[in-house]
Amino acid sequence: MRVPFSEPRRLHTGDAMATLHTRSAARLMIAPSVLLLLAWMIVPLAMTLYFSLLRYNLLMPGMEEFAGLTNYTYFLTDPAFFQAIFNTLAIVLGVLFITVVGGTALALLLDQPMFGQGIVRILVIAPFLIMPTVAALVWKNMFMNPVNGLFAWLAKLLGLQPFDFLANAPLLSIILIVAWQWLPFATLILLTALQSLDEEQKEAAQMDGAGAVSRFIYLVLPHLSRAITVVILIQTIFLLSVFAEILVTTNGGPGTQSTNLTFLVYAQALLQFDVGGASAGGIIAVILANIVAFFLMRMIGKTLEA
Amino acid sequence: MARNVSTGRKLITTVVAWTIGILIFFPILWTFLTSFKTEAQAIASPPVFLFFDWTTENYAEVQSRSDYLKHFMNSVIVSFGSTLLGLLIAIPSAWAMAFSPTKRTKDVLMWMLSTKMMPPVGVLVPMYLIFRNWGLLDTRTGLVIVLTLINLPIIIWMLYTYFKEIPGEILEAARMDGASLSKEIIYVLTPMAIPGIASTLLLNIILAWNEAFWTLNLSAAKAAPLTAFIASYSSPEGLFYAKLSAASTMAIAPILILGWFSQKQLVRGLTFGAVK
Repeated sequence: MRVPFSEPRRLHTGDAMATLHTRSAARLMIAPSVLLLLAWMIVPLAMTLYFSLLRYNLLMPGMEEFAGLTNYTYFLTDPAFFQAIFNTLAIVLGVLFITVVGGTALALLLDQPMFGQGIVRILVIAPFLIMPTVAALVWKNMFMNPVNGLFAWLAKLLGLQPFDFLANAPLLSIILIVAWQWLPFATLILLTALQSLDEEQKEAAQMDGAGAVSRFIYLVLPHLSRAITVVILIQTIFLLSVFAEILVTTNGGPGTQSTNLTFLVYAQALLQFDVGGASAGGIIAVILANIVAFFLMRMIGKTLEA
Repeated sequence: MARNVSTGRKLITTVVAWTIGILIFFPILWTFLTSFKTEAQAIASPPVFLFFDWTTENYAEVQSRSDYLKHFMNSVIVSFGSTLLGLLIAIPSAWAMAFSPTKRTKDVLMWMLSTKMMPPVGVLVPMYLIFRNWGLLDTRTGLVIVLTLINLPIIIWMLYTYFKEIPGEILEAARMDGASLSKEIIYVLTPMAIPGIASTLLLNIILAWNEAFWTLNLSAAKAAPLTAFIASYSSPEGLFYAKLSAASTMAIAPILILGWFSQKQLVRGLTFGAVK
């Protein structure tokens, strides 16, 4: 990979002494962050790796023993694990679909001339600023509740039977709640990207007789592709770890119907006190996230060079 | 710019955009309205929208029943504490990387970012055990430490992208005039860097205020910030809609206001400078 700022700045070419002085000072200034993050990365992760090889339950202290890969085989053959992997992917893909499609549409809309654009922007951004526990509880109680929720009232108004969202479609309900929180993020980033599209280019295309649809496909979409990639990758990192929304709405249930990998590991660790099993699950989660991170890092690495 | 759009089309766009905007915002508006209702009005069917007897008793009730102010202060201390501590550590690093880059600077930056990719659940078990053994469970100190660490890469990255926009010539001029390193930082860099630092501060307070993995797992009654306190309403108590709404409104209002002021920085910070 090409290093973007390998060319030394003029600043440092003048005085060799000053450069040397600055270099060591610079190292000293970077050191605290590097050491802290290094510790934060290595120590707990090494511990997780070590625990994952032990039979270790907090309810039976002093009984720890080496267990090889037992925890992994236990975790990987647990039916709940496959359900959790499925749910994790369903949440990631479901939310991504809603937010990218919806966000693109909303960004295109907000880019049009209108009255009170600033206020609409503020309204649309708001859900992203709401803490996850509040968002999830407001949706759960005041909207999705089958007796007192607003959706139940709307259903009755239309002569339909109220639907118990969180009992009958727990995963879908969680996807909707999380999508509501992340839609503003996608919209905001795509709108920012859209606003950097050259106005003259759009006009030239229009004069050449390109219709709205072909302008969108051949001009706008290619321009947005980078921003869309950024949205997808960053959201994926966060969506793999959805936790609070599940904790306060369904608690992973009914059964394990809405348990994702993060929640499964949490339950294994802090509800069943199975340190070994939870650690194995944690390592699996780390591996999954690394696959995604690999692509994200390459994306952002490229933008550094630009 | 020849955007000659007819007023008619502009009106239609306006109506559509406002409708969608209000729909997206509605759950928050509804929470706000419900917080001023009585419990009976909160679950009334058909629902009452504006014409009810506005009351502030829910706010008083939430405070007297569960010492709301304590949790609010926990949120303030944890989010501001972790942000300030993070800035203290990050400013020198970002400064050094922006103005004295070496061949490895980019790798260091990318590596720092990669720590952010680690799913929290991968280190939940050891963090819980370390916290338990060191007596940090359910303390604000513990939460400040963890939130500082998880947000440090974002702080460094944001500061770095801002610092890089400061022209190096100005520092050079200061150095020519014989300014020492410390003077250079205090009198030259800091004033120019303040907008960037302020944006970073704002974004990070928002992130820390809303963080809901570590705060939920590492705090209980004593140090619980609002994220964890509100989660206690997932019990049957959550059926008291008006009180849930009052507690929620107070928890989200400060951040909504902060966030609306820093929309642009939000994009930049959350995409690590990839989209500006």
